[in-house]
Amino acid sequence: MTDLAQTATGAPANEAEANARRRAQVRRSLARRNRAETRFKMLGLGSVLAAMAFVAILFGNILSNGLPAFWQFTLETEITFDPEVINVPDRPVRQAGQSDADYQAEMLGWQRRLAMVNWNRLLIAGVESAMAEDGVTTEIDARSAQSIIDSGARFVLRDMVIADPSIIGQTRRLNLLLSADGDNWAKEKLSRNLPDERQQLSRPARDVIDALMESGSVHRSFAWHIFTNVDSRSSPASAGLAGAFMGSFYMMLVVLLLAVPIGVASAIYLEEFAPKNRVTDLIEVNINNLAAVPSIVFGLLGAAVFINIFHLPLSAPLVGGLVLTLMTLPTVIIATRSSLRAVPPSLRQAALGIGASKTQMVFHHVLPVTYPGILTASILGVAQALGETAPLLLIGMNAFVANIPATPLDQSAALPVQIYLWQGNENRNFFEERTFAAIIVLLALMILLNALAIWLRSRLERKA
Amino acid sequence: MNATNNSGPMGGNRIVPSAPASAASAVSRISAKDVTVHYGEKQAIFGVSMEVPEKSVTAFIGPSGCGKSTFLRCFNRMNDTIEGCKVGGKITIDGEDIYDPSLDVVELRARVGMVFQKPNPFPKSIYDNIAYGPRIHGLVKNKAETDELVESSLKKAGLWKEVHDRLDAPGTGLSGGQQQRLCIARTIATGPEVILMDEPCSALDPIATSIVEDLIHELKEQYTIIIVTHSMQQAARVSQKTAFFHLGKLIEYGETEQIFVNPKEKQTEAYITGRIG
Repeated sequence: MTDLAQTATGAPANEAEANARRRAQVRRSLARRNRAETRFKMLGLGSVLAAMAFVAILFGNILSNGLPAFWQFTLETEITFDPEVINVPDRPVRQAGQSDADYQAEMLGWQRRLAMVNWNRLLIAGVESAMAEDGVTTEIDARSAQSIIDSGARFVLRDMVIADPSIIGQTRRLNLLLSADGDNWAKEKLSRNLPDERQQLSRPARDVIDALMESGSVHRSFAWHIFTNVDSRSSPASAGLAGAFMGSFYMMLVVLLLAVPIGVASAIYLEEFAPKNRVTDLIEVNINNLAAVPSIVFGLLGAAVFINIFHLPLSAPLVGGLVLTLMTLPTVIIATRSSLRAVPPSLRQAALGIGASKTQMVFHHVLPVTYPGILTASILGVAQALGETAPLLLIGMNAFVANIPATPLDQSAALPVQIYLWQGNENRNFFEERTFAAIIVLLALMILLNALAIWLRSRLERKA
Repeated sequence: MNATNNSGPMGGNRIVPSAPASAASAVSRISAKDVTVHYGEKQAIFGVSMEVPEKSVTAFIGPSGCGKSTFLRCFNRMNDTIEGCKVGGKITIDGEDIYDPSLDVVELRARVGMVFQKPNPFPKSIYDNIAYGPRIHGLVKNKAETDELVESSLKKAGLWKEVHDRLDAPGTGLSGGQQQRLCIARTIATGPEVILMDEPCSALDPIATSIVEDLIHELKEQYTIIIVTHSMQQAARVSQKTAFFHLGKLIEYGETEQIFVNPKEKQTEAYITGRIG
């Protein structure tokens, strides 16, 4: 346009020159802009790669340290349930006319007798029979032989007899866990060059393990007991995560049942129904602040309120769940409110326009389109709660608990706290690996929860 | 029909007597008297009074921001949903004050339906879009009745032929024009007496617009329609009466033909000849 106009006025030469100059200027600035853009892209790419590298290093480290823990060394040997050692009367049979209480008392008496049996003698005999079978002739004293097998094996044998007393007098081929020290030696976690006094096992025990490994009686087996056993201090090799897993499971249940409904309900009330005034502004500011409160403060609150005032039991998943609920609530409320706010006003108008009441508008139209957002927020909130450790320490969940909680009111461990406890265990050689194994289990659960969130979100969004 | 002369609270605004109502059919059921609307401190509507004739189309025209949509939303109290919006004056339907505190706004909105500027079907099936209103108002008792109502509403909105074989498809999957007719069908389904339309064609292409205009033409046999429009041609095509708003005041209100052919006010003339707006 200008070109034509100017040409018409009769200054074509000047004009062409000016245009060329302008184009050159633009081109120069263009080069500068392109350089800036390239620089920014490289920076972005660099930081993404750096972040990926850190994640890779983290996961590589955790997996390489933790995966070996899922395979533990076991001794495959014949165990003879020697009636001379297991010197107990027959399992009581219920007599006609015997009362329930009497029968129970008799049964317990019988089991107490079983508990008194010197099971170690059977284990030592087991080690010896494996040696005889494989032709290992090393001289070994009873104490050293006993130190090869995990002390938890005693309870395995006892439980077999309780389940089936007819086993007494028979011989069974069993796969017994090596003790933690034995496992360390077999996995070469201790330098073999250390002098005897710095080794955890005596020389004969070490030699026997080596010989039995050579002949194949001592070999690696998948450590299922990590998932089925509870924590143990006396028999660390058989320590497992079942108790901690159930504790975390109950806590997540409490969080899911409390934080999600309460959080969503408060978000709906605040966003859709509450009058906008100074009080609701104050509540909003406080909720936002609560989301930033350090989690250990919630633990203190839990100890003060739930335990001191309401006298709920210490170390109980219920209390842990309540504390984690407090911590998760602001996250759920904030996320739900922002998804409610993101619903286009046209949808609200449509509902109100045909005479829906406000409640009908919210529950029939607004809420359904926010389900994906609310769901994702809830699952991520629960995942965050699952990994939280600090507040649980303050309500006694760092106690050593060696049973699987049957109800949320029983004492229990929790996965992240179990990691913390194992990390601090004095048998470093053995528990370092075990700690990483627990981290793998916790991370696997987290990844599962996040994947669930992503899957549900895409599914619900496709539906909407 | 005579509009009353009156002064708004700010004073000085004039309501011009409209052309004498020639048609005897123009019985007024809706009447607004001295209506004012404030958004917080800002006043948007200054003392507007008018009588809206039954079973005809009344168009509100005026430049952007003149308050015509705000005034329209007074008739089904959609302004209630806007934070800080205050409505003064009196609006009656059949002599009943719709701002009476004892009146349930949900009932009012069942009587006074509304079609919005942008088609806004629910993100549900076509069937559920229509059936939702009658269901919540308890107008249908069983599936057969609902089916019947859905069919008749879609037929009235001229959409039945196009969608009868895919009632389960999402309403949001229709074209813009079809969506708007779906919204009209949805409004009709609750059996309203009055239908408010807030620039119903502004998001539609010319062909869809003309279909919707034909539909409005048919609907006025049964319903009282008030339509806000940016297009003066549309107002001329579909309406019997036209109200011209400017800066929150009703400048002129009368028979559509008279407004466009022989406006009494200089501002009206300036607007319809394209000098303001």
